[in-house]
Amino acid sequence: MTTEALPVVAVRRRTFGRLMAGQTGPVLVVVTAIIVLWYAGAIWLNTPWQIDLFERGGVEWSNADLVRATLAQDRPLLPAPHQIVAEMRKTIIDTPITSKRSLVFHSWVTLSSSVLGFAIGAVLGILLAVGIVHVRSLDKSLMPWVISSQTVPILAVAPMVIVVLAAIGVRGLVPKAIISTYLCFFPVTIGMVKGLRSPDPLQMDLMRTYNANRWQTFWKLRWPSSMPFLFTSLKVAVAISLVGAIVGELPTGASAGLGARLLAGSYYGQTIQIWSALITAAILAALLVTLVAAIERVTLRRMGMGV
Amino acid sequence: MSSRFDPWCAVATVLAILALAFPVAGGEAPLLWWGAPAAAGGLAIFLLTVLHFAWRRPTGAGHNIILLAAVAVGCASALGLVHGGGAGGHTTFGFWLFVFGLWAATWRGLDGLAGVRSFDAGRQRLIDLSVPVLFGLWLVFLLEVGTVGFGVPQVLLPAPSMIGARLAGSLDILAADFQQTFLKAVLIGYAIGCGTGFMVAVLVDRVPFLQRGLLPLGNLVSALPIVGMAPIMVMWFGFDWPSKAAVVVIMTFFPMLVNTVTGLTAAGAMERELMRSYAAGYWQTLFKLRLPAALPFVFNALKINSTLALIGAIVAEFFGTPIVGMGFRISTEVGRMNVDMVWAEIVMAAIAGSAFYGVMALTERTFTFWHPSYRERR
Repeated sequence: MTTEALPVVAVRRRTFGRLMAGQTGPVLVVVTAIIVLWYAGAIWLNTPWQIDLFERGGVEWSNADLVRATLAQDRPLLPAPHQIVAEMRKTIIDTPITSKRSLVFHSWVTLSSSVLGFAIGAVLGILLAVGIVHVRSLDKSLMPWVISSQTVPILAVAPMVIVVLAAIGVRGLVPKAIISTYLCFFPVTIGMVKGLRSPDPLQMDLMRTYNANRWQTFWKLRWPSSMPFLFTSLKVAVAISLVGAIVGELPTGASAGLGARLLAGSYYGQTIQIWSALITAAILAALLVTLVAAIERVTLRRMGMGV
Repeated sequence: MSSRFDPWCAVATVLAILALAFPVAGGEAPLLWWGAPAAAGGLAIFLLTVLHFAWRRPTGAGHNIILLAAVAVGCASALGLVHGGGAGGHTTFGFWLFVFGLWAATWRGLDGLAGVRSFDAGRQRLIDLSVPVLFGLWLVFLLEVGTVGFGVPQVLLPAPSMIGARLAGSLDILAADFQQTFLKAVLIGYAIGCGTGFMVAVLVDRVPFLQRGLLPLGNLVSALPIVGMAPIMVMWFGFDWPSKAAVVVIMTFFPMLVNTVTGLTAAGAMERELMRSYAAGYWQTLFKLRLPAALPFVFNALKINSTLALIGAIVAEFFGTPIVGMGFRISTEVGRMNVDMVWAEIVMAAIAGSAFYGVMALTERTFTFWHPSYRERR
């Protein structure tokens, strides 16, 4: 019997070792450590207020009571993870999607404008890059401005775009999408300029010997070889366009969207609401980036570039 | 000397001649070109210059500079028309044909200037710098002429001249905002965030387990909307600058961490073997080989962070501030529809951001002069 148990242990040890040697194991350990630290932080940060509360109520309390109470406050300084999960479950699953209290509804508002902005921004960025690569004076005159405009805190413009457009009657999706567009066309332009220039001189010479014109060189050489660069910058752009949409919802007291949830939460001190909006935004960002990465993998594989 | 036909200048000539045929401004008393002799003189100088260059295509730096100088004269007369000449708000065909003519000539001049190759390095750099600067000035001119010429409501888009006047007129407010947001929140947060990011990266690099566990998370976090942490930080650290600095710290920490960890692996195996053969210890290898090799990555993070820091501080101010600060000013003046003040604030933020970035880029150049990307420049 014991001899039969041995291989199982060996296999287990091997899988455990492999888990720890790769990325998954360490990431899991780090995540666990973060959650533990989070609980510790929640207890530590919420304790003074809770003690105050106990003393004012004249309640006898033990340490265990204190810990339990700090993790179940109504408006904690730092909500515990399980409180956030409960809140998210309540607002995502238990609330009907059409309700104004549903996070799905707010996520959808933010997501739709950021995706619209991302699409426009990506197309704009690609067109600009094509122009810069093919027209010399655009390269010399426009490119420095594209680069230096990255050093400008564009997000500071966000409230003005929203308010000004609202003043002339444009409301809702479009103003936020404009901010996302503004934010995400820069990385796409820069990445695509690099990508469209990435074919090495040998390949360009080959196209010349084939007597290919600019159009053919573009579609058969420049465009395909820019794909890895395009997807790298699209991943940056999609994340940043979500940020743009959220910030676009802040200044005007918008009634819907994750940014509006953040603002309302901060006005009324609803920390759990802030955190759940924040985590939802993080999940959305991660999903968007993963989606682009998946498209990248499929595309590159079909082009024979994938691993 | 080649006397080739130049289409751009020809287009400019045709447009300028056509412009003469139409009134400059409509309204009750249409303004004709001879009603504004100074502007007509500018137009004439421009017209003669482009006519000349239409037959003899401008070559070399000299010709293009002459052409652009003529464009500048034309631009000045157009500005005079919309500002003093009484054409503001109701410009018509004559004026816009003239502006399009200027456009064609500008394009020719900039294109020619961009193609100039000089053997003198200093001169080449001057030319390379002047092309984007002139292009920027041209855009400002277009904006000015467009906003004043069409009489765009100030709330929608104030003219650059108005923003400039507002900028010059409220320097004390801007200085106070700059001090609050940039000197306190941004710089302190930036220093703390980048410093801790760097140190944690060196620490993580020593422990391969942490490297594998923390790096994917760091990459994930840099894609997340961290500015959303701003309301929480305001709640924790109060309304004054420490909460803004805290947002800046979180925003700058992860790019620094990820970049430095990547950079520390940049030193090649050969060099490491060499250090080993010298019997160098961990610290010696770190300071003499691996940190210098990581510098390009570190500076990359410093440059990314210089922009992020300003964004973080400004956005954090939307969530509550004392009554000073760039983000505060932007959100309140927008509410009062003082759009020119908002733009003045944005211009200042742009200058501060670019200067910050520029300082980082210059520092990078002095410290990583050995890197191939600087050698290839020539």
